[in-house]
Amino acid sequence: MKRVKLEKKVLSENDSIAARLRAKFHERRILCLNLISSPGSGKTTLLERTLEGFEPGERVGVLTGDIQTDNDAARLRRYKFPVKQITTGGTCHLDAGMIERALADFPIDNVDVLFIENVGNLVCPASYDLGEAAKIVLLSVAEGDEKPLKYPGIFFKSALMVLTKLDLLPHVPFDLAKAEKNARRINPEIEIRRVSCATGEGLREWREWIEKRREQVRQEGLASVI
Amino acid sequence: MHEIGIANAILEAVETECAKNGGARPTRVGVRIGEMSAVNPEALRFAFEMATRDTGLAKLALEIEICPLRYRCLNCGATFDVSDFTFECPHCRSPKTECAGGDELQLAYLEVEDEACKA
Repeated sequence: MKRVKLEKKVLSENDSIAARLRAKFHERRILCLNLISSPGSGKTTLLERTLEGFEPGERVGVLTGDIQTDNDAARLRRYKFPVKQITTGGTCHLDAGMIERALADFPIDNVDVLFIENVGNLVCPASYDLGEAAKIVLLSVAEGDEKPLKYPGIFFKSALMVLTKLDLLPHVPFDLAKAEKNARRINPEIEIRRVSCATGEGLREWREWIEKRREQVRQEGLASVI
Repeated sequence: MHEIGIANAILEAVETECAKNGGARPTRVGVRIGEMSAVNPEALRFAFEMATRDTGLAKLALEIEICPLRYRCLNCGATFDVSDFTFECPHCRSPKTECAGGDELQLAYLEVEDEACKA
């Protein structure tokens, strides 16, 4: 019997593609943000409101992942920015190879903020590096304030938590302060924004979070925001 | 359930490594899974069994080592296991600490038979 030391990452193939993507994003000064949440937390709606806020011709684009259908891409295309649907055909997360293949015919040169809308799933997408500058986890107030403790992996790896559907607060037993405290227990560094896409509350602060990083990436490259 | 993909990635790595070792027959593969890696060990064992069943690797054993969430104190340098998501240094009480482990998804080792596989 012989024991061979391996000491390499299980997903080294994914991670090497992700590293290639990150190098490309750095070279082209693209801020890539990976949006992750449970199904129905409002990723597509937040992206709709976000795209709506950009002037026509602004350099933004979206890759949107789903197991089936291109409904989300159809919703997002109305804003006239480049949008591409990635249909995973059963896979519960996006991986770096899917992003690289999707970018092969995506007008990446016309974009300096690239949103990736991951498949709705609070677990599996956490394991896959897509070359993004930051993972952003969305948590809607309809889901429960203990989610960060139940799904620590994704809250641990995210730079920002966006609490969504704030307008529903009067109707649901969700404690904002508790949700934020729980998220910070898992990840003391996590930043937090609160939004309601229905009323527009908090969208300006969310947009400012993006713009600040976009500017940093433009001036200093990706290392400044990771 | 992304554990199926992870099991397949482990098996691909095993096959690559065996090929590098002159077609050696693998008997055991060790992986490290961090508490924060979002990988479920039971689901991974199941996926691994399904992926190897009725293949030449059916007897390949999977050993999983669970790695706790560990932090390092930036003040006194101590490393410590984080329990109950308390990140403060237990030695000097400094809140300035950084992650030192717990998100691993790592291939640790591969055991192969000495004799090269003749198949």
